[in-house]
Amino acid sequence: MNIAELQKKLIAAARLEKPDVRVPYAFEKRIMAHLDARAVNHRWVSAWTHSLWRAAVSCVVVAMLFGVWTILEPAGAPASDDLSMDFQNTLLASVDQGDNAP
Amino acid sequence: MERSEAELIAAVLSGDSTSFEPLVQKYSPRVFATARRYARRDSEVEDIAQEVWLKAFDKLKTFRGEAPFEHWLMRMTVRTCYDFLRSHQRNRESAFSEISEPEEDWLERFVAEPGSAAEDADAAKLLVDRVLEKLSPAARLVVTLLEIEDRSVKEIAEITGWSVPLVKVRAFRARAEMRKIVARMAKEKYL
Repeated sequence: MNIAELQKKLIAAARLEKPDVRVPYAFEKRIMAHLDARAVNHRWVSAWTHSLWRAAVSCVVVAMLFGVWTILEPAGAPASDDLSMDFQNTLLASVDQGDNAP
Repeated sequence: MERSEAELIAAVLSGDSTSFEPLVQKYSPRVFATARRYARRDSEVEDIAQEVWLKAFDKLKTFRGEAPFEHWLMRMTVRTCYDFLRSHQRNRESAFSEISEPEEDWLERFVAEPGSAAEDADAAKLLVDRVLEKLSPAARLVVTLLEIEDRSVKEIAEITGWSVPLVKVRAFRARAEMRKIVARMAKEKYL
């Protein structure tokens, strides 16, 4: 069998076949309905995202205010000069409390 | 008064999505005709057309108006069809044993006397559909655009986004692939 000839014939057959241009009934309405449905979803998503952003910004502002307040707040009790003594007192505070217990 | 295409596009871009409907109405026949070259089932054709229009709506802001809207849309349609072919590669390895009686008759007539097998016969169209279904997605796209739609290599490069040398290489491979499939079909039936 002449394969090249058969291939040519098949290509010629395909060329002769004009594709169908029919469009299903109300296809454009379906597309518009899809677009509308997506727009509604999009509105919900964007409202949610907007709220999340506002919440995130508020959290950052509160965290920054607390940070500034912590830095600027005057220290309650004056720290002693002897750091080693302070460290020892802190470390052994629980033992001291245990000794004082009745 | 009927609005021009440019006016409709501008209206859609400024937020009036209802202006998209006349565009869908006008160009859907072409989109469907192209999709039917690559998909056989009605449901698949409709899925492709729907995807094309949703993509077109989303990407409308990338349409710069230098070329006609139809060209831009057809490029998107062909690329969507190519994506469809890549995601539906089943049946490519199936045998030719299930070909119908008229197709077999047509082949037999071709074997006996090549000139007597008419190209416009329905059987020939069914056979070529079978052969095209067995091609790889890239080969099918190139064969369809180059051999069936008779487009130039440059046009194919513009439509697909491939370079001209790549289109030429793929066209060469596609012809070879098709020849192999036709030979396999002939061998399965007549050897």
